[in-house]
Amino acid sequence: MKVTTDKINSNLIKEVEEVSGQKVSACFQCAKCTGGCPVVWAMDVYPHQILRYAQLGLADELLNSKTLWICASCQTCDSRCPREVDIPKVIEALRLVLLRARGGNYLHPNNLPARVLENAPQQGLVSAFRKYAR
Amino acid sequence: MKRIGVFLCWCGSNIAATVDIEETMAAARKMPGVVYVDHNKYTCSEIGQAMIREAIAAHRLDRVVIGSCSPRMHENTFRKTVEAAGLNPFYLEIANIREQCSWVHKDKLTATEKAISLIRTAVAKAARSEPLFSTEMSIERRALVIGGGIAGIQAALDIADAGFEVDLVEKEPSIGGRMAQLDKTFPTLDCSACILTPKMVDVAQHGNINLITYSEVEKVEGFVGNFTVTIRNRARSVDMEKCTGCGDCYAKCPSKVDSEFEMGLAKRRAIYTPFPQAVPNKPAIDRANCRYFTSGKCKVCQKVCPAGAIDYEQQDQLVEKKYGAIVVATGFDTHKLDNYGEYAYGKHPDVITSLEFERLVNASGPTGGKILRPSNGQPPKNVAFIQCVGSRDKAKGNPYCAKICCMYTAKHAILLSEKVPGANAFVFYIDVRTPGKDYEEFYNRAYEECGATYIRGNVSKVFPDGDKLVVRSVDALSGALVELVVDMVVLATSVDARADARELAQKLSITTNAYNFFNEAHPKLRPVETQTAGVFLAGACQGPKDIPDTVAQASAAAVKVVSLLNKESLLSNPTVAEVDIKLCSGDMSCLAVCPYGAIAEKFIEERHGREIRKRRVAEVNTALCQGCGACTVACRPGAINLKGFTNEQILAEVDAICL
Amino acid sequence: MRYSYYPGCTLKTKAKVFEDTTLQTARALGLEFAEVEEWQCCGALYPLNTEEVFPLLSPVRSLAQARAAGCTKLVTLCAGCYNVFRRTNRTMRSDAEVRGKINGYLEEDYRGQVDVVHYLEILKNDVGFAELAEKVSRRLEGRKIAPYYGCLLLKPRNEMDFDDVENPTIFEDFLRALGANVVEYPYRTECCGSYLSMANEEVAATAVGRILTSAFKNGAEALVVACPLCKYNLEEYQKGFREAAGSPAAGIPVLYFTELLAEALDVREQDGQ
Ligand code: SF4
Ligand code: SF4
Repeated sequence: MKVTTDKINSNLIKEVEEVSGQKVSACFQCAKCTGGCPVVWAMDVYPHQILRYAQLGLADELLNSKTLWICASCQTCDSRCPREVDIPKVIEALRLVLLRARGGNYLHPNNLPARVLENAPQQGLVSAFRKYAR
Repeated sequence: MKRIGVFLCWCGSNIAATVDIEETMAAARKMPGVVYVDHNKYTCSEIGQAMIREAIAAHRLDRVVIGSCSPRMHENTFRKTVEAAGLNPFYLEIANIREQCSWVHKDKLTATEKAISLIRTAVAKAARSEPLFSTEMSIERRALVIGGGIAGIQAALDIADAGFEVDLVEKEPSIGGRMAQLDKTFPTLDCSACILTPKMVDVAQHGNINLITYSEVEKVEGFVGNFTVTIRNRARSVDMEKCTGCGDCYAKCPSKVDSEFEMGLAKRRAIYTPFPQAVPNKPAIDRANCRYFTSGKCKVCQKVCPAGAIDYEQQDQLVEKKYGAIVVATGFDTHKLDNYGEYAYGKHPDVITSLEFERLVNASGPTGGKILRPSNGQPPKNVAFIQCVGSRDKAKGNPYCAKICCMYTAKHAILLSEKVPGANAFVFYIDVRTPGKDYEEFYNRAYEECGATYIRGNVSKVFPDGDKLVVRSVDALSGALVELVVDMVVLATSVDARADARELAQKLSITTNAYNFFNEAHPKLRPVETQTAGVFLAGACQGPKDIPDTVAQASAAAVKVVSLLNKESLLSNPTVAEVDIKLCSGDMSCLAVCPYGAIAEKFIEERHGREIRKRRVAEVNTALCQGCGACTVACRPGAINLKGFTNEQILAEVDAICL
Repeated sequence: MRYSYYPGCTLKTKAKVFEDTTLQTARALGLEFAEVEEWQCCGALYPLNTEEVFPLLSPVRSLAQARAAGCTKLVTLCAGCYNVFRRTNRTMRSDAEVRGKINGYLEEDYRGQVDVVHYLEILKNDVGFAELAEKVSRRLEGRKIAPYYGCLLLKPRNEMDFDDVENPTIFEDFLRALGANVVEYPYRTECCGSYLSMANEEVAATAVGRILTSAFKNGAEALVVACPLCKYNLEEYQKGFREAAGSPAAGIPVLYFTELLAEALDVREQDGQ
């Protein structure tokens, strides 16, 4: 990982700010978001690091992060953020940028176990496909 | 025709880099009435001022226009300059070509154009200025200090030592304030009580200080040098003359309530002194919790009082007093934690605030200075300190930094290591801020010598788990997730303005910022004055502050008071409103808009043929008028004029810009 | 009182018991729930970006219908629907641009005139918990029940305005009204993993494990929820938790709050009739 002047001006961050409606520069890295995230242990880039990477323009690291698929949009973090950053919106914006660029889907009905398809409530299935597929 | 001189200031490059001085001078020469134009690199310097004085004499100037910085900077200086040259000081006009021109424009052409326009405006106004004269007013040589914490105590002592009488009004039964609650003070760790108590005693014994406890300011009228203040002496139910302070009453009182002084960690009685070293050391009855007042039966204190000092019949008394100056030193409240459910405060007894911790370490506190867990009375092994609770949080708390928490938390960590050997302090922080003499060294000591572990991360949640507490966070520096099991959590609670600060501000005609801290007149150059002459600020009521800063500000405020009370007399501000009775219709629109209560109605008698008729007109109390001009706008017949800013002058200014 | 009732997809299928017990108890309490005609899926998630506006069409259509039907309140049960409706309604009240787009498309003039409420809120505010307690004929005496709030009822903090995000009390107050023993445990608002159970099962399973452990340690005999997805996750991953916890208990049943309500009001027998 390396921070350079042109990365800091990366277009990705502008796009993320537009799509999310969030200002990544507002974050002062208190990491309260990360401390309370219920699924943080499964993430490779922690929520406060998502904001930090965005501030530094580390586009590749962001787009390759597992975190984009782990965040449950539970909104625990933004309900506590002292800087009013809606972190899941930033994560969602990254996910959207990625899904568009790749055109692919993270989740396909064929990959779901039959057990899940059979038992899971509609609410869960619809949510997952809205998050993980275009 | 007036003979007007125009002087342009470069202000180094502040103005000259953006405004073309040559061109502006050329334009000024063509303005009506202008007979002399000059410029200077720094007009406010002695050389610059001399240039003006000489030009006035040499060119027989009778009006002066200076194009420079804002009149808020140097108007007084330049008024003296023209006065020294024999002109009425109000023959001076300043055109602000810095803040309102060169600093806000980038393009030289437009800036120059605007500077010319501003000069033309000032010239038009100067041509119509009349001489104005101040009148002399007497001064009431006594001061009022509101609030008996360390700020009020220091200010009162300094003013009293200078030989003036001071009334110190405190709303609690004793002076001492927040500082009396603290254990040790940073960065020296000297004992708070040891340095405060002697000062409290000095206050009580000072011949010039009149201590008025259990009292509040009800109403403030008047103006600098001549305030009339109504003070409410709340019924103490104890006769201060008779009471000897023996304490028999509160030993026997059957009603126990949470002690405010002990932050609810101990009980007090309904008749109480807040703490043993109270000054005055005489109790008050808290009627809301007194059995006699709530149920009509009890009177135990009356029975046991050997001095017969208990008086249930006492009433609140309103006392009116006169003062020349007022110092506001009302202190702060700690932030309410209602919005911080994630920290389990109020859910688990071992989650406490920093001020509660302060009482726990205090030798005179509820545990005799032993740090013990409120849940089971055992010393804690692991303690988490969470900084910035309610601070730097624009979503749920105060957006500002409370300034004192980093330092007192370092102090708490040091005290923990001293009082509970082997205990571990974990300090969770966002940034550690230690600007101040010997402050950084003190913080270094906390982690280097006293073993505190600093973790860079805001705690997100505290989970009660049996008799332990789980603290969840992350160390942002290493990226390690943090999950600590601790015995106690201390929340470094933010500093708020007093809940009733706005109310008091209204009474005093002073302003507050968005968070209800009182505003100083200028953040750098007039830090202890307010916009209202004669009202000064000391301590945390103006913004979060530690003890050294508070004491410094209190002494500064005292100096301001002393220099005011030392004056022979005060000069009134001559730029006040004036009613032309001939035009006044008596509809009193002006009275409704005047924020200072400076307008009254008066009845004049007029002869109509044979008949004498009474007619209502407005009258301005020039001592109260602050010259804001609201009345001149409200007056439909145009009967009110503000001296120095007459309707004629203002219209001339508008014409100068537009025509 | 008459309410517009939005059931949502899950209550019509996998969570039939949620709807049945809701309608039974509402009837018993004299509340009239009139189902919105031809409602559509709410979209399950409120869009977390500035670009997607059209997912709001469906909830607004239902809200506008509720208004046309003369109802001032639209009630939902599923926490997912509630979250979407509540936030959509808020947007329609405060965001003129989105409002213009949606109304233009629907040819409506909906500006948030209808209040979106959860059944729990009706029980608290319109019925009243004290009154509810009086109507209870079979008190759930001695039953140790742990409320599980999950996320969607409460968060985001500044948009939902349902209860205190960190220390909510509505579920506890409800359970007390039914006479149950409320189990307090710190994980009642921690996320269950939500839709991660569709794509990242081990993550959801771990999240569920923590919640169950916490509730179990504090003596819970049953969990009560308001969300079909929470219920699914909490049930689906019990097996792993039981093994890990070495718990002999056969598992902790997860119930919809309306099931307990039906039981306490003694209207459940009607099921078969
Ligand atoms: S809680 Fe907010 S300010 Fe703190 S690190 Fe996370 S996004 Fe940044
Ligand atoms: S919204 Fe995402 S990042 Fe935030 S706490 Fe929940 S899972 Fe973690």
